[in-house]
Amino acid sequence: MGDQVLKGEGDVSLKRAATRRKVLDGLVPVIASIGVFVAIAFLVSLLLYVVVTGAGRLTPTLITDYPSANPREAGMRSATLGSVFTVGLAGLICIPLSIATAVYLNEYAGNKWWSQVLRYNIANLAGVPSIVFGVVGLGFLVYGLGLGRSIIAGAFTLAILTLPYVTVVCVEALRAVPDDQRLGAYALGATTFEVVRYIVLPRAMPMMLTGGILGISRALGEAAPILVISGLLFIREDPTSLLSEFTVIPLQLYSWISRPQVAFQQLAAAGIIVLLAILLALNSLAIYLRQRFYRRLEAG
Amino acid sequence: MNEDTAMNTLEMVTSGRVEEAVEQRTAFDDAIIQVRGLSVRYNARYAIKDISIDFGRNQITAIIGPSGCGKSTLLRSLNRMNDLVPGAVVEGKVLYRGIDVYSKEVDPVALRSRIGMVFQRPNPFPMSIFDNVAFGLRVNGIKLSKDELYRKVKEALEKAALWEEVKDRLDAHAYSLSGGQQQRLCIARALAVEPEVLLLDEPTVSLDPISTAKIEELLISIKKDYTIIIVTHNMLQAARVSDYTAVMMPDENLVGRLIEFGPTKEVFTRPRDRRTEAYIAGRIG
Amino acid sequence: MTERSSTALLASKSIYRRRLINRIVQSAFLFASLVSTAALVVIFFTLTAESMSFFTNVSVIEFLTGTKWTVLFADKHFGILPLLNATLITSAIAVAFATPVGLAAAIYMSEYAGKRARNLIKPVVETLSGIPTVVYGYFALYFVTPQVLRGLIPDLGIHNALAVGLMIGVLILPIVASLSDDAMRSVPEDLRLAAYSLGARKYQVVLRVIVPAALSGIVASVILAFARAMGETMIAAIAGGFRPILSFDVREAMQTMPSYIAQVATGDAPHGTIEYQSLFAVGLFLLLITAALNFIGIRVVRRWEIRY
Repeated sequence: MGDQVLKGEGDVSLKRAATRRKVLDGLVPVIASIGVFVAIAFLVSLLLYVVVTGAGRLTPTLITDYPSANPREAGMRSATLGSVFTVGLAGLICIPLSIATAVYLNEYAGNKWWSQVLRYNIANLAGVPSIVFGVVGLGFLVYGLGLGRSIIAGAFTLAILTLPYVTVVCVEALRAVPDDQRLGAYALGATTFEVVRYIVLPRAMPMMLTGGILGISRALGEAAPILVISGLLFIREDPTSLLSEFTVIPLQLYSWISRPQVAFQQLAAAGIIVLLAILLALNSLAIYLRQRFYRRLEAG
Repeated sequence: MNEDTAMNTLEMVTSGRVEEAVEQRTAFDDAIIQVRGLSVRYNARYAIKDISIDFGRNQITAIIGPSGCGKSTLLRSLNRMNDLVPGAVVEGKVLYRGIDVYSKEVDPVALRSRIGMVFQRPNPFPMSIFDNVAFGLRVNGIKLSKDELYRKVKEALEKAALWEEVKDRLDAHAYSLSGGQQQRLCIARALAVEPEVLLLDEPTVSLDPISTAKIEELLISIKKDYTIIIVTHNMLQAARVSDYTAVMMPDENLVGRLIEFGPTKEVFTRPRDRRTEAYIAGRIG
Repeated sequence: MTERSSTALLASKSIYRRRLINRIVQSAFLFASLVSTAALVVIFFTLTAESMSFFTNVSVIEFLTGTKWTVLFADKHFGILPLLNATLITSAIAVAFATPVGLAAAIYMSEYAGKRARNLIKPVVETLSGIPTVVYGYFALYFVTPQVLRGLIPDLGIHNALAVGLMIGVLILPIVASLSDDAMRSVPEDLRLAAYSLGARKYQVVLRVIVPAALSGIVASVILAFARAMGETMIAAIAGGFRPILSFDVREAMQTMPSYIAQVATGDAPHGTIEYQSLFAVGLFLLLITAALNFIGIRVVRRWEIRY
């Protein structure tokens, strides 16, 4: 039997199965790559459609004008300022809290039972739908604490919404610091705070900063929670204080998208280009900062 | 330990007075660290059990034994670095200058500035050579003028036999040094805070023979000012460098025990325990 | 060498200050860590409190079993089933799209793509989840439905569940792709080697050894993606229409739970009205379901992580 197989005169069905397998082996990666192509196709077609529709409407007045019933005169000035203040404030609240939480979990708490509970809670918070944050913000912050439909209510809501993500990134950043650095510092008689301040944090900072910037860029794109907190407002003035009413860029876009006129569709597309450009800039900044810091670490 | 004490010990052991034998064996005239009945477990599993030993002042004591017999655990117990290992439980006593370092009044942070440590793999901080050595001084809140700080860094680097090689590039990044130089930098860093005791956990295991020799030389040269305890699995190193040698060996439950302790020459030429003899001859471990 | 007395091991002014600073920082950071727990408590209590007000006027039975939801009309019915049904249908469509496409992409990324290709593809796929959902809603309403889907299904409504499901699918695709990719990469090398040494071809190793080994990670990714799909608001609000109807015809417009909340938010529901309270009842219901799904998903992930 062995001789026959070697000479190629063996079982014919064996041969046919072998050919089939050969063919499949070439097919499968092609089919798998279709998955990648579909994803890229959606991304590319979306970007193309948006750019083609909106590029014509891109003027500086898009950002400097207030919204108007006339699409030719409308702009998203109030939304831009609203986004800057709300998301900026959210970042100022969220990032220090996340860093502090991450340092506590990774450097102080160790494996004690309550650190497991804390981590579990953070994971749960991450799973809450963004619109539910808005609903709770409405009930608790806007009415419960009487903050009104204000920038500060929106900022707190966005801060809590982004907290789990940034905290996880910060914990990963701390874990990436090799342990023998810590041991070296402890062995010299440093307190945990000193080890964190002089050795661990400086090393983890680039990754934490990246996480913070990415968290902010996520918050910038959030419409649903702000929709519930502030409603869909037609704002024709700049915000004056943290208690002012406000709107944000994604919501302004939602408002324009909801209008049937083609001119508003075009306006929305132009606004989308602006929003995507801002997000692209932020993400690139995050990547650039990370590269620069790591290069500094290597070279010294 | 002298001849009489040795004979006494033997007699006590054979006549069943083991506790006294242990007492005798560990009685030092000038012990800076005394370990009594030390056992360390990680959660439920014991790593070392019932270790009693004295470390003499201004001497080099080597702790040898096969891998996994708990030498590092014993070392880490001396400066409470085991506190940083989750699940580690320490039983027994470690007396530094007569005070139990595990008692509530002792602050581990303060302890570690008295008992320094150098690790297996060099772990310099990502900063300049100067900043590495100065780190301990700055962190311990010791206020020094720029000149005084420079002087102390220079002293530490000289003791670590590194000064000549780096004196013109103190601002260079620590990672630009070779492995052997980095380890000497870590030794300088530890010496800068002027500890009384220096613990070294297999410090030359990742280094080439030349760097190893340099470090062994520098340890011998500084022992008059420090007490040095070095864990090594290299018996020849222990023989070259140490005044006293402790031998550890895992028992039948794989828990580390101290089976031999004495002047290095004696331990190597006339070991008391036949396991020590077997280990030195290379038959076990 | 400075002579140090043993008593110096105990209190010393500078040590005391350093310890104090450490203690303060530790407590402050502990306090900060409690914020997330506090947030969960606030979420739970706020939703429950207002829901209880809601349920003093509405029977829980009607809520859970009723098939008409007309809260914003004069003749009010409070059955959640239309909203729940629409949410489930759109999420199912999303997962039906995202799972094969995401899994295929993951297989390609982890088993076939070279290092350079992978470093290019993975960020691109991740970008899909970084695009603001209003943009997806816009794309669904003004491009996907009129230009693409209507070509296939001429009598498709301008607002329809199919487009919503499809776009949400694109949004959650990176979740499936990324987690499945991680799961497959963490399959130990010796399993692969054993299969090859038995004479298997690459596709057999991938489909018969690696994917089954990574299955719990893949399943977890699908569950988490499903939960994410259920909570998606803007795509449904823009492209799905505000029509609460219990229907299985995906060509029709139907309103999901998050979309209802968005609609109420867009309008004017004064504090204390039944419309206002319905926000919390629907929100609580949505949260409970997504929380249950996430719980199951995380459990499955943990079991997979433990195995390797």
